[in-house]
Amino acid sequence: MKSLEDLKKLREQAQDRMTMRMDEEQKYRVVVGMATCGIAAGARPVLNALVEEVAKTKAPAVVLQTGCIGMCTLEPIVEVFDKNNEKTTYVLVDALKAKEIVEKHILKDEVIDEYTVGKYKK
Amino acid sequence: MERIQVLVCAGTGCTIGNSGELIEAFEAEIKSLGLDKEISVLRTGCLGLCGVGPNIAIYPDNIIYKTVQVADVKEIVMEHFYKGRPVHRLMLNESDQDTNEVHDINKTQFYAKQKRIALHNCGVIDPENIEEYIAKDGYTALGKVITEMTSQEVVDIMKASGLRGRGGGGFLTGLKWQFALNETSEQKYVICNADEGDPGAFMDRSILEGNPHSVIEAMAIAGYAIQANYGYIYIRAEYPIAVERLENAIKQAKELGLLGDNIFGTDFSFDLEIRLGAGAFVCGEETALIQSIEGERGMPRPKPPFPAHKGVWGKPTIINNVETYANISQIILNGADWFKSIGTETSSGTKVFALGGKITNTGLVEVPMGTTLREIIYEIGGGCPNHKRFKAVQTGGPSGGCLTESQLDTPIGFDELVKLGSMMGSGGMIVLDEDNCMVDVARFYMDFIVDESCGKCSPCRIGTKRMLELLELICNGEGTMETLDELEVLAATIKDTALCGLGQTAPNPVLSTLEQFKEEYIAHIVDKKCPAGVCKALLSYVIDEDKCRKCGLCARKCPTNAISGELGKVPYVIDQEKCIKCGSCVTACPFHVVERK
Repeated sequence: MKSLEDLKKLREQAQDRMTMRMDEEQKYRVVVGMATCGIAAGARPVLNALVEEVAKTKAPAVVLQTGCIGMCTLEPIVEVFDKNNEKTTYVLVDALKAKEIVEKHILKDEVIDEYTVGKYKK
Repeated sequence: MERIQVLVCAGTGCTIGNSGELIEAFEAEIKSLGLDKEISVLRTGCLGLCGVGPNIAIYPDNIIYKTVQVADVKEIVMEHFYKGRPVHRLMLNESDQDTNEVHDINKTQFYAKQKRIALHNCGVIDPENIEEYIAKDGYTALGKVITEMTSQEVVDIMKASGLRGRGGGGFLTGLKWQFALNETSEQKYVICNADEGDPGAFMDRSILEGNPHSVIEAMAIAGYAIQANYGYIYIRAEYPIAVERLENAIKQAKELGLLGDNIFGTDFSFDLEIRLGAGAFVCGEETALIQSIEGERGMPRPKPPFPAHKGVWGKPTIINNVETYANISQIILNGADWFKSIGTETSSGTKVFALGGKITNTGLVEVPMGTTLREIIYEIGGGCPNHKRFKAVQTGGPSGGCLTESQLDTPIGFDELVKLGSMMGSGGMIVLDEDNCMVDVARFYMDFIVDESCGKCSPCRIGTKRMLELLELICNGEGTMETLDELEVLAATIKDTALCGLGQTAPNPVLSTLEQFKEEYIAHIVDKKCPAGVCKALLSYVIDEDKCRKCGLCARKCPTNAISGELGKVPYVIDQEKCIKCGSCVTACPFHVVERK
């Protein structure tokens, strides 16, 4: 290491690998229902897609998993919490929709109405 | 893609609790579920809750699991990592049990009142990976200092921050550095005093184990500030994990050019080496420490000359404690005003305390100065376990004293504790409850001093031994009221005439217990009783003949065959001559008829 610039470069690289441990709170909390019903309905690829997309786009979100959210027929369910703990619930999510949620909701703060539980019709 | 990081505490406490095997078990279990690309297992430093270790932290959930056993690993991996259901029975986050919600660990009672500056990376980063330290702004302070500031400017920041030495004395760090900077000498030295020896104190060890680079970086900053290019870390060989992490950290820093010649392309060079101490308490005294580094027998010498003027190898030297160093890069990065804004007028910043003794949450806590003892002991520490009554808290180790219930609302600070007849010391805080005998506590500390006295000056070598003998007389019920006077005279003489801090402060535990708990001393002397039931010579175990059911269980358990009687016929009695007061009969008796008097 020859200069302060080198240190900065190394720091940025290293930070990418430990974003989940950084002190500052992220803007959004993305929670995936991962109970048996969720996993059976395909929550795992959704979770993986979310994690990958957040990492790739450096979106301001932390991706967590939780147990059964309660509406097993609508799984996979993804909930997005903002800083005020206001919740948006997306239902019947797949990997493609998950990517879209990151692109629109997390990065541009646009709620995707048509995927939310409110818009769901039998 | 990685989505969960498991940080297993690899500090000394949790390592003893088998955290090494936990890491292997986690890795195996995660692999067997095919999650090894999604979850990584790392080792980290002390999370503070040593009493309930081994502890593991889970990110990004920010959950801490306590007392994790290898048998729990399968459940955690399956339930939490695979199905997303945190294992509530192992969670530290106590508030969750009502709401069933995962709360931030920082909102729990143990962490809410804490402010971690010296410990800020402990339990968050992998101490064996320099990149993780760098990711958390590590070595940025060093870079800033040597490329943008002059030595005087660095010293000025330290002075303005009001940082005082965390090793015990509380001397202003900036002032110490100024003295060394003022010296003109082609060779100066920077020393880190990691000879932590107070009974019950382990914050320095935990910092070195959990965040070794913070100390290395700060020593290089200190080197730049006083224009020294060489440093020594004096650490006791009894800290093998800390030594290993330090060695590894120094190696990594050298590989990246953060130690060595021309750091950051400037003409500043700094190198350091580790010196292992043999674990003599007196070597924490700075002049004795210097002697020990030079290969001599560790014995203090009179001051002045102070080390800043004439230190190791006769050259100007600064000696700071581990915890002091751990604050330095944070002060450089955030500014002196930020540091000054934390704590009290005369004691800025935070202090790490090692909570031990009769306390629910044994472990390390870091709080802003000015926090009251009551907050630390009751809110963070959780009070005395088993509903026992709090009696006193011992601070400052063998140089400190005991504080009682009525003094618990004192805000913590260097000067405040001295005013109460104790001292900050390195931050050991031993909580005593109604089962502790204060005379015995005083005897314990005096015994420690007698063991650790280097023998150079007679007040300490002979005086402390005589004090110990007097205390033993009292514990054995052979003391008189004159014994107390003798103790006081000896204490005053030792205080006035001993050579170094160890001797001068050695009578403190006796003086402070004498002042606060004189009635206990008198009970030992006049009534020949130990109110707490600790001093064996003053105890007797007696079986109530009328209530004895003649089952003989006590006699079977007695290790010295002191109990006689006949099964079902003659009630059992204890031969006081043979009894060694071990108390086995009390626990053996199913009818609770053995009394301790």
